[in-house]
Amino acid sequence: MTLNDIVQLLEGEVLLPETDLEQEVPCAFASDLISDILMCTKEPTLLLTGLTNNQVIRLSDMIDLVAIVFVRGKRPLKDIVEMAAERRLPLICTKLTMYRSSGLLYNAGLRSCKI
Amino acid sequence: MRDCAAARSEPGEYWFTASGSEEAVQQYFSRKPEPDVTLESNIPEKDFNSAGKGSAEVKNLLKRLGVNSEILRRVAVAAYEAEINVAAHSLGGIMISHIHEHMIHVLFKDLGPGIADIEQAMVPGFSTADDLVREFGFGAGLGLPNIQKNSDALHIVSAEGCPTLLEFIIFFG
Repeated sequence: MTLNDIVQLLEGEVLLPETDLEQEVPCAFASDLISDILMCTKEPTLLLTGLTNNQVIRLSDMIDLVAIVFVRGKRPLKDIVEMAAERRLPLICTKLTMYRSSGLLYNAGLRSCKI
Repeated sequence: MRDCAAARSEPGEYWFTASGSEEAVQQYFSRKPEPDVTLESNIPEKDFNSAGKGSAEVKNLLKRLGVNSEILRRVAVAAYEAEINVAAHSLGGIMISHIHEHMIHVLFKDLGPGIADIEQAMVPGFSTADDLVREFGFGAGLGLPNIQKNSDALHIVSAEGCPTLLEFIIFFG
C-alpha cells in the first residue's frame, strides 16, 4: 500500500507539499501513548495518533516512522509541521476517528506492525 | 547517594541484568574502562520542547560510528524513556553517555524528589504522571519497563526525598 492509497482511504490532507506519495507503507500502529508507540514499533511503521505535540515528531528521531496520520480532525501547529519538514516526515490529517481509520486501512490490507 | 539525609523512605536499589550478559556487566563495572567518547546534556524540569534531544544526539553519533539499526533503536528508546522520566518526574537532571567500542553506558542523575518504591515503579501501567505530562502522551506507566526491555543491564538507586540515579548498558554485538 502506498501513502497515496492511505490518503485516499482516509480522505486525508497531506500537510507537506513535497511528500513522496508513491512510497510504500509496510505496516501501521495506532496509539495516543508515547511509551506504547516506542514499545511496539520495531520496523518502518505508519503511526496513527491524536497527539499533535513536538514529542510525536521527536519520536521519529528514535524509531522508524514512515509517516504520521493525525486522526479526529487534529491539526499540528506550524512549528510542529516545520519540525517534520526538517526530518522529511510525511504528515496527513484526517477527520475520521482512530478506530475508523485503523479499520479502513486494515480492511484494505495494511497489516499491524510486529510487536 | 544512598546516604541522602532527606530520605523519607528506605533507600531502594534495583538491578536487572539480561540473561547471558552477567559476566560482561560485572567485568565492566569492576574494570570501569575509559570511554572513547562521553556526551553530556542537561534535562530541565518539565521542558518538553528540548526533552529527547540528548537521546537523538547519542543515536546519531552511534549511527555515524556504524552501530547496527536494531541496537540503535534499543539505545534510542531506552535513553528517550529515561530522559522523559527525568523531565517529567524530577526537578531536572543530567544525562551522561559513555560510548565504548562495543557498548554504551548511559547515566541519568536528577535532583530528586526520588522514587518511593522502585519495585512498584517497575510494574507496567503504574504511573505518577501529572496532567501536563499526560497531555503530552506520557504517563502510560511503561517508561521503566521499556528501558529494561531494551537494556542489557539496568541499575536504579533512589529514595523518596532524594536524587535518583538510573544507568543502563547496551552491548553492540
